[in-house]
Amino acid sequence: MVESFRTWGARLTRASILGVLTFFFAFPFLWMLITAFKQTGDLYDLQHNPFLFYEPPTLEHVKRLFYETLYGQWLLNTAFVGVLVVLITIALAVPAGYALGRLSGGWGARLGIGIFLTYLVPPTLLFIPLSRVVVNLHLDDSLWSLVLVYPSFTVPFSAWLMMGFFKAIPRDVEEAAMIDGYSRLGAFFRVVVPISMSGILTVAIFSFTLVMQEFVYAVTFISSVRNMTVGIGVPTFLVHGDVYFWGSLMAGCFIASVPVAILYNFFVDRFISGFTMGAVK
Amino acid sequence: MEASTSVAHPQNSASRAKSRASILDSESWLGWLLIAPAVLYITLLVGLPFLMALYYSVSDTTTGGGSMGFVGLRNFTAVIGTPKFQTALKNTLTFGLISQVLILILSNALALALQRDFPGRRLIRFLILLPWVAPISIGTIAWLWIFDSTYSVLNWILRLTGLVQGQGYMWLGLPHLAMGSIIAVNIWRQLPLATVILLAGYGSIPQDIHDAAAVDGAGFWRHFFQVTLPLILPITLVALLFGLIFTFTDMVIIYNLTRGGPFDTTQVLASLAFYTGIAGGDLAEGAAIALFLFPLLLAVALGFLMIAHRTEVT
Repeated sequence: MVESFRTWGARLTRASILGVLTFFFAFPFLWMLITAFKQTGDLYDLQHNPFLFYEPPTLEHVKRLFYETLYGQWLLNTAFVGVLVVLITIALAVPAGYALGRLSGGWGARLGIGIFLTYLVPPTLLFIPLSRVVVNLHLDDSLWSLVLVYPSFTVPFSAWLMMGFFKAIPRDVEEAAMIDGYSRLGAFFRVVVPISMSGILTVAIFSFTLVMQEFVYAVTFISSVRNMTVGIGVPTFLVHGDVYFWGSLMAGCFIASVPVAILYNFFVDRFISGFTMGAVK
Repeated sequence: MEASTSVAHPQNSASRAKSRASILDSESWLGWLLIAPAVLYITLLVGLPFLMALYYSVSDTTTGGGSMGFVGLRNFTAVIGTPKFQTALKNTLTFGLISQVLILILSNALALALQRDFPGRRLIRFLILLPWVAPISIGTIAWLWIFDSTYSVLNWILRLTGLVQGQGYMWLGLPHLAMGSIIAVNIWRQLPLATVILLAGYGSIPQDIHDAAAVDGAGFWRHFFQVTLPLILPITLVALLFGLIFTFTDMVIIYNLTRGGPFDTTQVLASLAFYTGIAGGDLAEGAAIALFLFPLLLAVALGFLMIAHRTEVT
C-alpha cells in the first residue's frame, strides 16, 4: 500500500516536472504561432482571451512579412552565408579531424584539445579587433565579412566532431585501400570520405545552425538593412518599425527558428557526444 | 620522427614499402598537411584578433582609426573607476551565478525525469531543445512580446487569477523585475543544453549499479546523493563550464530585451563592451572591458583541460 503510494507519488512528481518545464520551453514558440495567425483587431483587444481566436485565422501577417519587408531578402542572405560557411568548414575541418583522429602521435591529442578550446573564445572578446580587420579588408557592410569570420567558430568544434567520427572507423578500411594501390592521401579521399558522409552531414547541419544563431559579429559588421541576416534583421529592424506589427514579427520568428530546430533534432545525439568530450563512455 | 612512426604503426610501414615513398605517404608530413589550413585559419581569425584585443586595451584607438598610441594601463584604470563598469561587473555576477545555480538544479531534475523511457519522450526532448537550437536573437523577440508593457500575456494570466488589478507589471521596466526577466530568459536558453548533457551522463551509468543500490534499500535521495551524483560529477562539470562561458559572454538577451536598462540595472560586461566599443566608438575602452572576461575564460579552459586529462588517463 505504502509502496504503491510511493510509486504514484514519484510518477506524479516526474509528470509535473516535465509538464511545467516543457511548457516553459515550448511556450514562446506556441505564442509565435498563435500571434502570427490572429487578425489585428483580435490581437490588440484587451478584453479578449489571448489564447483564443475570436475571429478566423488569417495569413495577412505572413503576406505582409514577405511582401512589405525585406524578410525574404534576409532569409536569402542567411542561406548564402550559411552555404558558403558550411563549404569552407567542411574543406577545413574534415581533413583536420582526420589528421587529429588518425595520423597523430602525441601531439595530435593535445592539438585537438587546443582547437576545441578556441571554440570557447567568445565573440565578445574578438568582435572589437575583428571590426577593424573587416574595415581594412573593405568588407564592412558586406555579407563576405561574415563568410570570412564565421568559420573561425564553426571549424574548431567541427574538427573536434570529425576527430571522434574518424576514430570510430576501423583502420583496416584504409589498410585495404592502400594494399589496393591507393596512396595514404588517396585512401583518405577515395575510401574514408565516402563512408563518412553522415559525419560530414552532421558538421554541415551544426555549422549552419551556428550561422543562424550568430548575432554579435553580424550586428557589428553589417549596417545596411538590405545586407542583414535574419538573426539581426528581425530584432534590430522589424522591432523598431510599426507598433502593431507583432503578428508579422512573430511569423518571422517562427519561420526562422522551428524548421532549423527540426533538422538539428535528427543529429542531436552526435553533437552531445562532441560536447561531452568523451567524459561519457 | 620517422622511426617512432614505424614503431607505432608497423602495418603502415609495410604497406608504405609497397607504394612509392612520397610525401603523400609519410604519416607525419601528411598529418601536418591536412591540419595546417584549419590551424592557419584559426590562428589568423582567433589568435591574431585576440592579440589585437590585448594591444587595443593598452592603446587609445577609436573606430575613427588613426592613432594607435600606447597608453599603458590607462584604459583599465579609467574603466574600473566608473560606476557604469562597477554596476556592470556586479550585474554580470548576479546574472551569471543565479542563472547557473538554477540551471544546475533544474537540469538535474529534468534529466532524472527524462531518464526512463515513456511514450512521447522523443517529442518532449525535441520541445525541450527548441530554445537552444532556435536562433537566440529570434527567441528573445518572442519574449519581448510576452513581456510587452500593454499586451503581456503574463499580465493577462495574473489578472485572470486575480493576483493583480489594472495594467499589471512592467516586466522589463523595473530594475528587479527586469533582472529577473533576463535571468528567466537565460535559463530558458541554457537549460536545454545542460539537460541533454546530463541526460547523456545519467544514461551512461550501468543499470547494475542502480539495482545494487535498490537491493541495499537506498531511498530516492540517498540513492541520488550517494550513488548517482558522484558518478555524474564530471559530466556535470562539463555542463557547468559550457553554461558559464555562454552566460557570461552573451549579450544578445540584454541587447534585445532591455538594452542594459532600466538605468543600467541589467547592463553586463559583454553588453557594456559592445555599447562602449562599437556603438560609442571607443575601441580601446571596449576592448579593455571585454578583457575582464578573460580570467573567466581561462578558468573554464583549465576546467576542460582537467576533464580531458581525466578521460585520457582512465
